[in-house]
Amino acid sequence: MEKRVVFRSAWLPYALVAPQIAITLVFFFWPAVQAVWYSFQLQDAFGLKTQFVGLQNFAALFKDGNYLASFKVTALFSALVAFSGLAISLLLATMADRVLRGAMAYKTLLIWPYAVAPAIAGVLWAFLFAPSIGIITYVLKGWWGVDWNWILDGDQAMLLVVIASVWKQISYNFLFFLAGLQSIPRSLIEAAAIDGASPFRRFWTIVFPLLSPTTFFLLVVNIVYAFFDTFGVIDATTQGGPGQSTNILVYKVYHDGVKAADLGGSSAQSVILMFIVIALTVVQFRFIERKVQY
Amino acid sequence: MRIKILAAALGVAFAAPAQAQVEVQWWHSMGGALGEALNGLANQFNESQKEYKVVTTFKGTYPESLTAAIASFRAGKAPHLLQVFEVGTATMMAAKGAVKPVYQLMKEAGEPFNPKAYLPTVTGYYSDTKGNMLSMPFNSSTALFYIDKNKFKKAGIEPVQPKTWKELIATAEKLKASGQDCVYTTGWPSWVHIENFSAWHNVPIGTKQNGMGGFDTVFSVNSPLHVRHISMLGDMAKKGLFTYAGRTNQADAKFASGECAMATISAGALGGIIKAAKTDWQIGFLPYHDDVKGAPQNSIIGGASLWVMNGGKKEEYKGVARFLTFLSQPEIQMEWHKKTGYVPITLAAYEATRKSGFYDQNPGRDMPVRQLTNKAPTANSKGLRFGNFVQGRTVIEEELEAVFAGKKDAKAALDDAVKRGNEILRQFETANK
Repeated sequence: MEKRVVFRSAWLPYALVAPQIAITLVFFFWPAVQAVWYSFQLQDAFGLKTQFVGLQNFAALFKDGNYLASFKVTALFSALVAFSGLAISLLLATMADRVLRGAMAYKTLLIWPYAVAPAIAGVLWAFLFAPSIGIITYVLKGWWGVDWNWILDGDQAMLLVVIASVWKQISYNFLFFLAGLQSIPRSLIEAAAIDGASPFRRFWTIVFPLLSPTTFFLLVVNIVYAFFDTFGVIDATTQGGPGQSTNILVYKVYHDGVKAADLGGSSAQSVILMFIVIALTVVQFRFIERKVQY
Repeated sequence: MRIKILAAALGVAFAAPAQAQVEVQWWHSMGGALGEALNGLANQFNESQKEYKVVTTFKGTYPESLTAAIASFRAGKAPHLLQVFEVGTATMMAAKGAVKPVYQLMKEAGEPFNPKAYLPTVTGYYSDTKGNMLSMPFNSSTALFYIDKNKFKKAGIEPVQPKTWKELIATAEKLKASGQDCVYTTGWPSWVHIENFSAWHNVPIGTKQNGMGGFDTVFSVNSPLHVRHISMLGDMAKKGLFTYAGRTNQADAKFASGECAMATISAGALGGIIKAAKTDWQIGFLPYHDDVKGAPQNSIIGGASLWVMNGGKKEEYKGVARFLTFLSQPEIQMEWHKKTGYVPITLAAYEATRKSGFYDQNPGRDMPVRQLTNKAPTANSKGLRFGNFVQGRTVIEEELEAVFAGKKDAKAALDDAVKRGNEILRQFETANK
């Protein structure tokens, strides 16, 4: 049976959604339109002199080999963050789902990191992994003889920012996976168990496909997170370095716009970033969603 | 602090209701002990007279303050005084309608003002080519060379400061052989090894007097001498004689904690080193290459200056001018210098500090001024002024890191730095036509 509330009034439904629409327009659409407008301009920092330059800001970006390299870095970073973030939290959620005693405590502890601001998460991991004083560095060197120095080693720097970003996002993913797992009917799993399917088999043939809407949703959210929300982590740790090895697109937007007061260039980059995320989301909904079983 | 200011404001309100005080807003980026010293200056000024009141506001780091000021200017509510870091100088200077040059302010307000009273290397950084001071130097430091004598003694080396890079490498090898892990490190790689290095060896960082002569400047940091120096650092890094610490002041802690034996870091790091008390430190001039003619020249400053923003009322600018005169007094400068480690900005303040016996009791504290005034500054050594140098510095640092990590050779990296840097300069030039 379908439950649906029908409004008789012609204006009431619109009035009720109006605040939400107003907020979206003012805080999301208006800045986005402004970013597009600024991306066609060349302006000095104080906004005293403004020239309309058309697509020149974009042309300059695509001529810049380093900007193009930053795409690769971003792709690698987002893939690593989204994939390991999902894998680890799925594992944790499956485990927590099986815990009988003290389940609340486990769950609460796993949700905690979400309350930590990205910059704090960055600083925290930067301390643990600090080249000369970090505890983990010390252990790595002492036990395995690994020379850990992300200040100069680009791959290690990437690993560090991925760990910090993933750690920050695990709680969120965990929460959704756990809810997803709990909504899977026990009877299905029990039936499979009676048929003699191993826990591993049960997971891959029953649980995982039934979780696919959740996984899909989280994939979108995580990729958007990796693209947009991680500059706090980067700013607090590597600041894009060493060289350009962790200079992801959104960090460059922040650096050029906020730190270097280059509004035109920074806006052009945000517009490009906006289109990438729109494209990614469309692709995800069009192609991947078809394979998702609701 | 806030209560104190409030109390002072209330006191004034009750004491002199007839005459309202003119407020001067001052935005700054000095946190911690430096912030207290800065507030001390404002309070001292406020107590010294009744007409004006300087109100200080901490606005975060240098880039944050600048961004906040830009936003407030666009909204028509700029502060009167803004502390801007040295790399933002070109941005401020180009913003002709947004700032009021200091020399002009002083003239309009009828305040006595003599630019010759200030240290030439300090004012050079903040003056136009005609010698007119555009902003008021406030907190200036320079890069110095620190050694930890304990480490030298432990390695059986006489604790004498290496003077040249050749000597430094020889010493570094001995220290390394004795088992010292971090031999030499540096803070602010671009500021120390490109900007100060160029001034110290009297070679240009860019054309047009390091950009002071106009926005149509190009970088020249890929000269043979630059390549040779950076390539030397790359070699040292490979041999473990140079430990890279990061783009800002991370090296300060590495030296202060006793991890590294030698470091080229800011004069401003001394406070922390003394507080940590883990080293038997000694400071001296930056090392130089002795086969370069005319070296060592003089080093250049880092730190920040005070810019006067447009948009206020006439009587408010009178207050600003009065305050700047107050700040330039020798006694005030001497206090600030002693308390913070920044250099005194006037020659009179330097003399006064010397006469007070401060340098005899605190050997090495006069090093920054001596190094800054080692010789009369040339076109190559009076400072630099490149547009969007926040981005420019990042580019240089990225390329240096590629060399230190052994990924690029020095020539290729510096060529790329010049190429990428010039693109930034051209964009700034077009935006500020």
